[in-house]
Amino acid sequence: MAEPNTNELDGGIALPFEKSIAHFPKQIADLEAEQIKTGRDFAAEIRQLRAQYVSMLRKTYQSLNPWETVQVARHPRRPLAKDYIDTIVKNFVELHGDRCFGDDKAIIGGLGRIGTEKIMLLAQHKGRDTKEKIIQNFGMAQPEGYRKALRLMKLAEKYQLPIVTLIDTPGAYPGLGSEERGVAEAIAVNLREMSRLRVPIVCIVIGEGGSGGALGIAVGDKIAVMEYAYYSVISPEGCASILWRTAEKAPEAAEALQLTGASLQELGIIDDVIPEPLGAAHRNPAEAAHNLEQYIVKTLRTLKRFKADNLVNQRYESWRAKGKFLEREPK
Amino acid sequence: MAKNTKDEQQATSPYDAAALPVPSPRKKREVPDGLWMRCPNCEAMLYRKAVTENLEVCPKCEHHFRMGGRARVEHLCDPGSFEELFAEIAPADPLNFHWQGKSYAKRIAGEQKKTGYVEAILTGATYIKGRRVALGVMAGDFLMGSMGSVLGEKLTRLIEYATEHSLPLVVVCISGGARMHEGALSLMQMAKTSAALARYDEAGGLYLAVLTDPTTGGTTASFAMLGDIIIAEPNALIGFAGPRVIANTIKAELPEGFQRAEFLQEKGFVDTIVHRKELRSEIARLIDYCKPG
Repeated sequence: MAEPNTNELDGGIALPFEKSIAHFPKQIADLEAEQIKTGRDFAAEIRQLRAQYVSMLRKTYQSLNPWETVQVARHPRRPLAKDYIDTIVKNFVELHGDRCFGDDKAIIGGLGRIGTEKIMLLAQHKGRDTKEKIIQNFGMAQPEGYRKALRLMKLAEKYQLPIVTLIDTPGAYPGLGSEERGVAEAIAVNLREMSRLRVPIVCIVIGEGGSGGALGIAVGDKIAVMEYAYYSVISPEGCASILWRTAEKAPEAAEALQLTGASLQELGIIDDVIPEPLGAAHRNPAEAAHNLEQYIVKTLRTLKRFKADNLVNQRYESWRAKGKFLEREPK
Repeated sequence: MAKNTKDEQQATSPYDAAALPVPSPRKKREVPDGLWMRCPNCEAMLYRKAVTENLEVCPKCEHHFRMGGRARVEHLCDPGSFEELFAEIAPADPLNFHWQGKSYAKRIAGEQKKTGYVEAILTGATYIKGRRVALGVMAGDFLMGSMGSVLGEKLTRLIEYATEHSLPLVVVCISGGARMHEGALSLMQMAKTSAALARYDEAGGLYLAVLTDPTTGGTTASFAMLGDIIIAEPNALIGFAGPRVIANTIKAELPEGFQRAEFLQEKGFVDTIVHRKELRSEIARLIDYCKPG
């Protein structure tokens, strides 16, 4: 495993559960600065600190609880869709608009190449700084976003291009216009149509998989969640405020909802968990992007081997099987 | 508005109107106990029995009260014609979900005892005015008609049954959305049922979705909005996010009639608004029009 990037050992911002390791990056940086300033050799000390840091980091991240995972998934420095597009999508041509109402910037769509594969990419982008967040509406799409996504996916089907979707949203936008223009209808139609598109579809939750707003571009042949991303029917805060009557119980709700990759895989909801670098994607975005790229390339290579009919049938069967219930003897 | 409406709004979550906290049984009844009741719309004092005989519609102002699942089946089907299907599918507690000393398993057992249903949907084959149909009726009186694995499975089997037997499909919706207690498994039911509807659509099936008060969250954002023809009951609340969540987001009061059936028809998302009294004949008429030949 690669070492954390020296410049941003803690991704710039330490999370509450990182208290015991938060001091390392500064210590290391200070020593390095001192070394340059005074010309003295602290290499041994730096090496030792670094080793300590790596081992503590490994220990912490091996046993994150679900609420801690949610915090990592929302880390302000976590790579966002645009970062991945910049790193792994070559020759990206962004395509705008739903041809009905407008261009929803919460979902970025376009043509590009990942590895040697030509693909149609759809990605929810939350925005990095305040200005960008407002433009992208914090990754909360409105109906036109889902309709743009469907338009582009149909275009991909027409030209036999596989589809890759990156999911990162707190949820669809709960606003007046969104409701008026039928966000529920737009999501519903995507679910139906994605189930029968005759090209491979790979869907990856890279950060937050917020309920129906996430699912609206997440029906495909293979569904993956990155190691410190989450995917849930409701936000932990929302669940806590309903069942515990206070959003402060979000950690308990996160635990109960079983929203991490490992749990989701066990429940048969997702196919794969994509590993992240030591200390999560924000500590080493390049490695995170590399892992994502590897997964997409490998998965598309497998899916491309199937005839369209078989692909669609398998997709139906895999979704048909999602759900856990009891079946009694019929009377 | 009615007390019920307020309860259901409070429980609607930011991203999906997941299962609602269940108020005390007394409060939850669509129509309060007792000989007399007050219409929340026109405030008339009504004789309880007269309302029931009038299909749970206010005889004075036509306000549509909520109807329980079983009552709805009895009203829609030709007498004695409902053959229940897939009743053997029962809820599990796949996440072993607990909160504040309560458990999902116990909550389910309580709902089953209270309602006599196994889950929040009744599915079967029946006749409506002599037309053979596959019918799904969500039960708003069971955990607010929330959608979990069982609801998704039963509805999917019903859609597959309708496909196989070339039957028109009628689904009466009432739902607080996806059920939180089964986590993302509930969310997946949206895609599962929608995928089944895609196949039914390809086979040429006619799907009539009937939206009743309230239809929200993941239910709206899947099979409820996928009807070939979408029928709504008057003044039914239909939406994705709950009104309270939207009001909190935009930090303003919602316009009068927002997310009501008439509003949705105005915006182009509902084909027709049908009075409960006319529902059976309207379904029959639409089936006749869309029959092959």
